[in-house]
Order: sequence, then C-alpha cells, then structure tokens
Amino acid sequence: MALNIKQLRKEFPILNQTVNGRQLIYFDNAATTHKPKSVVDRLTEYYYNENSNIHRGAHYLSQKATEAYEDARKTVASFINAPHQHEIIFTRGTTEAINLVASSFGKKFIRPGDEVIISALEHHSNIVPWQIACEERDATLKVIPINEKGELILEEYQKMLNEKTRLVAITHVSNSLGTVNPVKEMIEAAHSKDIPVLIDGAQAIPHMKVDVQELNCDFYCFSGHKMYGPMGVGVLYGKEEWLEKMPPYQGGGEMIKEVTFEKTTYNELPFKFEAGTPNVGDVLGMEAAVKFISYLRHENIAAHEKELLNYALDKLGKFEKIRFVGNAGHRTSVVSFLFEDIHPYDTGTILDKLGIAVRTGHHCAQPVMDFFNIPGTVRASLAVYNTKEEIDTLVEALEKVREMFA
Amino acid sequence: MKIKEKEEEIISEFEMFDDWMDKYNYIIEIGKSLPGLDEENKQEKYLIKGCQARVWLVPEFKNGEVVFSADSDALITKGIVALLIRVLSRQPPEDIVNADLEFIDRIGLKEHLSQTRSNGLLNMIKQMKLYALAFKAKQQK
Ligand SMILES: Cc1ncc(COP(=O)(O)O)c(C=O)c1O
Repeated sequence: MALNIKQLRKEFPILNQTVNGRQLIYFDNAATTHKPKSVVDRLTEYYYNENSNIHRGAHYLSQKATEAYEDARKTVASFINAPHQHEIIFTRGTTEAINLVASSFGKKFIRPGDEVIISALEHHSNIVPWQIACEERDATLKVIPINEKGELILEEYQKMLNEKTRLVAITHVSNSLGTVNPVKEMIEAAHSKDIPVLIDGAQAIPHMKVDVQELNCDFYCFSGHKMYGPMGVGVLYGKEEWLEKMPPYQGGGEMIKEVTFEKTTYNELPFKFEAGTPNVGDVLGMEAAVKFISYLRHENIAAHEKELLNYALDKLGKFEKIRFVGNAGHRTSVVSFLFEDIHPYDTGTILDKLGIAVRTGHHCAQPVMDFFNIPGTVRASLAVYNTKEEIDTLVEALEKVREMFA
Repeated sequence: MKIKEKEEEIISEFEMFDDWMDKYNYIIEIGKSLPGLDEENKQEKYLIKGCQARVWLVPEFKNGEVVFSADSDALITKGIVALLIRVLSRQPPEDIVNADLEFIDRIGLKEHLSQTRSNGLLNMIKQMKLYALAFKAKQQK
C-alpha cells in the first residue's frame, strides 16, 4: 500500500513552518526525527491524567501509571519480537544502553588479554564505551575495516573472531553512510564460536522491521527519538541468560529502603537495570511511536524511503564534481555527499540559509571520514514524511551553492 | 585606525546588502581575497579547536601590535576570519582584549555566534583574545 504522504505530513505540525522565509525542508532525520501528534498527545495525556510514580504507591494513579508503563514494555517487546517482556530495559537512549552493557557485561566477562570487536562504521557511542571497558580491563579493541563502498570487509571479520573474543558490538545501519550491515550472518559467525553480539540499532529501527529472535542477537539497542518518539528514552533488549548474569549498572538504594516490597522486585529483571524513577512519560511517548510505525507498517515506510533515495541519487548524480560517500549495495535512505571543490561546511551553511536542514561534518563517526580522507560530508537523511518535491528543492539549492562557490 | 572605526567601516559596507545571499557572496569574496597561509604554517598548533572547517590562526607581535594571519579550508569560515583580522590585526593587545566586536551582530552574523554553530566564530575570537592577553603579559614583564 502506498502511503498518503500529504495526509501523513499533517501529523507533523513542526514541518509546516518557514525558515529564513522559506518552507522548512527537514533532511536531518538520522540525527532525530520529528514526532507525530499521536506521540505528543500521549505525553500530554500522561501528564494531564496519569502522572504518578510507579511500582510504589498502591493508590489509583500510581497503579494506572505502572500499568501503562508495563504495557509499553509489552508493546516494545512485541515490536521487536522479544521472547520475554523482562528482556526489555528502558534506558535514556542507545548511548546509555551500550554503556550499560559495556559496563556490566565488561565487569563480569571481560578479562585482561581479551578482545572486543567493533567496526570502522561505528558511531562514537559504540566506540567510546568499549574503549573505556577495554582500558579498564586490559583488553584490546579490534576494528573490522571497511571497503571503498563503505561496507564491512567480512573476510577480515571472520579472521578476527577467536578464542580471546569476548563480544562483538556492531551497528545494524551506519549513521554516516546508511550502509546496512549483514548482521544476521555476522551474528551466526560469532555464535559458531560462542561469542555474543550486541547490535546498535539506532539507525535501523525507524527504517526496517527488526526481529531479535530471527537475528538471534544477544543485545539490541535503540533510541526513541530517532523513531518518531520522544528524546531521553531508549531500549536495551538483552537475552535473559546474559542479563541474569550481569551485575546491576546503577544503584538506587534509597528505593529499597523506602518500600520493602520493592526490594525483591528490584533484584529481578528488568528492574535490576532500571534504578531510580524511570522516564515514564517518554516511555509512553515511545510506545505511541511504536504504534505509529506499526500502523504505517515498516514495509510501506521502507518502500517510500527507497523511492526517495533512488530519486535523490539520480537527481544529485547529475551534478558536476559531486562525490557520494558510501555506495553500499544494501542501504537506508541516507545520502552522504560532498562537492570536490566546495567544503561541506560551506554547502551546509547555504542550504541552511535556504531553509534546508542537513547535517554537515563527521556525524560522530570520525573514523569513517578519516578512512575516506575527507573533512566530512553533507548528509541528507530521509524519513517517511519527506517528498520528491523536497528533493527537487534541494537540487535547486545545490545549484545555487555551485553558483556561489565554484 | 582604531578597532571601533574599523567595525564601523565594515558595518557600512554591509549596509549595502539587503539580501542574505549578497551578504554571503561578499563574505565569500572577502574569504577568497585573504592571502591565507603557506603550507608550513598550517600546523596542528595553529588550529582552532571546535570548528567544523579547519581554521589556522598565526599570531605575531610587532612594534607593540598583534599581527594575525589565518586560513581555512571553508570559504565562509575564511571570510569570517578575514573580517576578524581586518578588525583586530595590527592593534595593541590591550585593545584586542577589550574589544566588544559589536559589528558581528550589526552585520547580521550573530547566528554564527551561537554555541551550536560549529564554525567556531566564538572560538576564533577567544583564541585571538588569548594571544593578545599573552602578548600583553609579556609586554609588562
Ligand atoms: C548508529 C548510532 N548509534 C548510536 C547513536 C546514539 O544515539 P543517542 O544519542 O540517541 O543515544 C546514534 C545517534 O546519532 C547513532 O546514529
């Protein structure tokens, strides 16, 4: 079913505004997507009618909020097809989810001389926590290299897996290039040597159906705000067998003192990893975002985005001196490019003046830029509410950029 | 010419443009006409941190005045640093330290001062003032 994008855009009031006197065009969706009314309404509804601390008081509102919060856990679990609800840990986002695993898994399982494998495509959020863990535990970080198209070199990965490897942590989709990694095969390869795998799903979840059982990943992390949900909330999915063995990440002792009944629950999954008052409102907002995506259906979203991507590549490909960075065979709707004779920062500044929001720079993936030996790129990352007309406007704007600088 | 006078000069030049596009074209022109630096001066130690484009700033102290030269690999950034040089170079350190650089706001480049802008105009100014401060301290010794 083709989506009615014009209708859909009405769900995103923020899109309907002018910037520097021009209609806003938002192509920075990999940084964060906008939120549909249903998500914003859910937040309002919670604060107007349900706000209360959860898992504590026996009063009406607290029970209502607790139920809503635990229902959201169910919704998220079924969204990614997690076998158990208690395998869903709510976090502040992808970054916190990865840090949780790096810290807790690291403490328990990473020993001096061990190795952790990441890839050259990672966002800093999936590099730095592992650097810290490796440094603390005297372990070594190994990096899967990429080829000129921006794809992981799998033969190298295979060679890296050995008896010292304690964990593999890779991104499902590259935020800077849009490369979709063959994570299923990579997980199988690691599992054949009994090595667990963490997947950074921040850039995958908004674009494709994720089934953690089919992938058979051990951990999967994502952020609410990149999938049409609120900021400040995210998810760590972890297999029960690992989560059970891992020590808590943060302590919330005062909670235990206050309500003795709580003490037991605190030690169980998922509460063991959710110290302190959780971000109930935003969890409910994220649940609304899950429902929004489920209603549109991932295959429809992907079909629309693929059409946009092909259209953009075709139109932009006509420019002189344009260089696309990342040409993976399997990719999401991200176009990273630069003009050979114009600094991406200059391009981005003029696009901004023309009301077009793109990201310029290294996109928190400096090693990727170093590999291609470029100062950064201009990244247009497309979402379900973007249109071909907007891409036409981008093309016109880029013509202006070339006039000004070339 | 004093810093304030130079600022006024730039403000009146920019008053000619009522369109942002003309203004940016002018900044780009200014950027293109800045002599820039020789390759050997494009060193790590001259790089200004926190800029999305690379900016090198080289200070010298001559006859009681600070002389700046600079370069950048992005033209808009180069144009902006060229404006700063026009105002602040060949001035006594004391005056550089105390300059309020009101012209940035007056010519409509204030948006480049916000923290989210990674072109680092703020960092450029900070670095220029730091160099001036260092020269001032040396002078007083
Ligand atoms: C691939 C990837 N991983 C991790 C993150 C970090 O996500 P957050 O800042 O929401 O924690 C991002 C965000 O840009 C990302 O693109």
